[in-house]
Amino acid sequence: MDAVVSPRLAPPLPRKGLFRLSPINERRFANFRANRRGYWSFWIFMVLFLLCLCAEFIANDKPILVSYKGEILMPVFHDYPEEKFGGFLAKTDYRDPVIAKEIADHGWALWPPVRFGSSTINLDLPTAAPSAPTWLLKEEQCRAVATRKTGRADAGCKDLEKNWLGTDDGGRDVLARIIYGFRISVLFGLLLAAISSVIGILAGAIQGYFGGRIDLYFQRFIEIWSAIPSLYLLMILSNFFQPSFMTLLGILLLFSWVALVHVVRAEFLRARNFDYVRAAKALGLSDATIMVKHVLPNAMVATLTFLPFILNGSITTLTSLDFLGFGLPPGSPSLGELLLQGKSNIAAPWLGLTGFAVIAIMLSLLIFIGEAVRDAFDPRKTFN
Amino acid sequence: MDTLLSVDDLSVDFTQGGETSHAVKHISFTVGRGETVAIVGESGSGKSVSALSILRLLSYPPASHPSGRILFNGTDLLTADDETLRHIRGNDITMVFQEPMTSLNPLHTVEQQIGEILALHKGLKGEAARVRIVELLTLVGIRDPETRLESYPHQLSGGQRQRVMIAMALANEPQLLIADEPTTALDVTVQAQILALLADLKAKTGMSVLFITHDLNIVRKIADRVCVMTKGEIVEQGPVKDIFEHPQHPYTQKLLAAEPRGFPRPIDPHAPILIEADQLKVWFPIVRGFLRKTVGHVKAVNGVSVAVREGQTIGVVGESGSGKTTLGLALLRMISSEGPVIYLGNRIDALSARAMRPFRRNLQIVFQDPYGSLSPRMSIAEIVAEGLTVQEKGLSLEAMREKVARALLDVGLDPKTMDRYPHEFSGGQRQRIAIARALALEPRFIMLDEPTSALDMSVQVQIVELLRNLQEQRNLAYLFISHDLRVVRAMSHYILVMRNGEVVEEGPAETLFAHPQTDYTRALFAAAFNIEAANHHVVRD
Repeated sequence: MDAVVSPRLAPPLPRKGLFRLSPINERRFANFRANRRGYWSFWIFMVLFLLCLCAEFIANDKPILVSYKGEILMPVFHDYPEEKFGGFLAKTDYRDPVIAKEIADHGWALWPPVRFGSSTINLDLPTAAPSAPTWLLKEEQCRAVATRKTGRADAGCKDLEKNWLGTDDGGRDVLARIIYGFRISVLFGLLLAAISSVIGILAGAIQGYFGGRIDLYFQRFIEIWSAIPSLYLLMILSNFFQPSFMTLLGILLLFSWVALVHVVRAEFLRARNFDYVRAAKALGLSDATIMVKHVLPNAMVATLTFLPFILNGSITTLTSLDFLGFGLPPGSPSLGELLLQGKSNIAAPWLGLTGFAVIAIMLSLLIFIGEAVRDAFDPRKTFN
Repeated sequence: MDTLLSVDDLSVDFTQGGETSHAVKHISFTVGRGETVAIVGESGSGKSVSALSILRLLSYPPASHPSGRILFNGTDLLTADDETLRHIRGNDITMVFQEPMTSLNPLHTVEQQIGEILALHKGLKGEAARVRIVELLTLVGIRDPETRLESYPHQLSGGQRQRVMIAMALANEPQLLIADEPTTALDVTVQAQILALLADLKAKTGMSVLFITHDLNIVRKIADRVCVMTKGEIVEQGPVKDIFEHPQHPYTQKLLAAEPRGFPRPIDPHAPILIEADQLKVWFPIVRGFLRKTVGHVKAVNGVSVAVREGQTIGVVGESGSGKTTLGLALLRMISSEGPVIYLGNRIDALSARAMRPFRRNLQIVFQDPYGSLSPRMSIAEIVAEGLTVQEKGLSLEAMREKVARALLDVGLDPKTMDRYPHEFSGGQRQRIAIARALALEPRFIMLDEPTSALDMSVQVQIVELLRNLQEQRNLAYLFISHDLRVVRAMSHYILVMRNGEVVEEGPAETLFAHPQTDYTRALFAAAFNIEAANHHVVRD
């Protein structure tokens, strides 16, 4: 029997490419781009951030690639014992002149542009640490060390390893330290902002969507909770144990998630009475689905607008803790610690100035990006 | 009659993101002294933009005027400096806006609101201002004006707020009052009172009125001359009588013909009862004090019994706040209520959200505002298919899209547009999408909550047609909630008239419309069909 084939009514599915944006997002992207300053800040920041993620390839006391006796070695990824190069230490010090000569005699080494790691101590300092940037030194200051190093009497500053931004009071290269410090700061900020946003959105969503008694009790709890002075608590806690990256993150997280709750809660309170949310209820959708699919997108606008500023706050918190000495363990490359050194070594202005410049540029870039994001999500924004 | 305002070759452009849209194109009209001119048109016709241009109240940019002159008493308002303009605004020309809820500052008392204008333009302060304010409030028909001086906007009803707005507009005895849809947000009964008030004030003060509206019945009632606008152009203007009796332009003819008419097909009186409620109550507790003791209840719905048969439409009418929507939501179990709700023999009033889910597909809802009821972030296909994803789990994407396409076809939309987003559709099309979303689940009962009141008259007619056809094809039952009695008459078999949460009168549509029994119903009908204000004690003010 012939089945009557009804003609298909539905048009074929539009091909959903990776970058197919809904019209509303297209307009937002256009608005974001229209804020030139923010748009450029975004790209500059992304480039800096990606570079810092590869910090090991930019500033390291180990070569990236070594060819030794026909064998290709990658010291960046693998710690070779010194035995390999004829020594006896458990870890190879590639900056040791003996090892360097051994490698040069039997192959070659590809070094990163900056031959210092975050805690490499420059043993050939021309002056006492903190030492000024090499290009600021006078020939007489360099001569003694340069002569000892090269064996030539006319050797000068150009024969020394360059510390482009000087060294800190431990003889460590400042440039290397800020590259690693920037990475830690941004990663810490991103992690803290991301996790506290997730918790904050969740808490705000539940309060706003269900309202009533849940909302009432939760709000009172948050009021009491946010009255605990987190800085003092941290100081007290750091007397008992040395906080690591993760414990610090955990402790700050205890208090930072509150920041977004109010905004998200307000958005959920508003959106739960929208007609399309009611319509979804009438269609039989579950609360969880409605929250994620219909209400959350509204709250995301407020959240995304706040995010760059929360990120900034997180970075500043870490920096200030480091500055006070309650932050990351000693020896970690951190911008706050650099500022602290700048404060204790007034005669070494390159420390304070570098620290200031890096923090100022980083925070400004983030604020500019934040402004552009705010423009992008502003439905009333018109550009003339 | 000499000319007070003359608009000559006025154009308004909006430039945004490099694109220019011509909102108003070369319109010309005049308003004489003591004359009421109405500009009538559908949404998007440029009527409000034209009115706002007169006082240069648009935001510049994005707005600009590529051509035109607006002469008011010989002064060109488009080129006047800010100083002159400020003097004219609020003094010689005043405006009353549509939304009385938002056009008053919620933090100022009535006295402060009106006093501000008096102080600004007349320099009246203190006792003198107070006397004048009481006089104005008396003029606009607010009872006990002395006691109302200290009231904040939220303590006033919508009609009272609009009266205060008018009092503000009249404070400095303007020569021209621009009223931009001043009654659209109000109940029909209040609308009739406000229009009567405006006509009365005009007669007393001799001012001119420029009245912006979409409602032809109002125009017929109050205007001397009318300008018909569409797509930014005035297509026809002239004395009201001429235009209404001999419309020349096809658009005017179309507009005049656009009135919901006809009646629903009669139904079998013994059709099975689909959904019924007995003595339904929705009470919201009023709690006071620290211990949150319940001191009383807001009786939103108080003991209403209703039974909807298959294929039947029950019309629910009444003023705003009478509990119409609450009744509908309670029937659909969207809010909790007391009293049995029975759907085809099953009691559904005590079911949990989970147990209720299988019934949801049979009981659907269409909301008033087609702009608010569709999520702007989802495509039409996603919106219409949303219920299917819950109610028919495991349906393939192809099959789902096929169902969506069929639902769109049923409501008269092209299935090819299903991957577009709501903002690409007009209000009427969006309402069709909302209906398609309800239809996709093949429900048996749909609650229609003012489905036509956010739409233009000509679109209303189409939606009414559509709903009637769908009812006939699928034997659907409707609960039709509306304050627009013309639409209700065209749709309903049976009418409930509600007031303060209770049914004051009910009966088959034809008998009820022909012989209303209570004063309240009679007042409602007079206001809706003839725009006549009833005496004060029957309806609210």
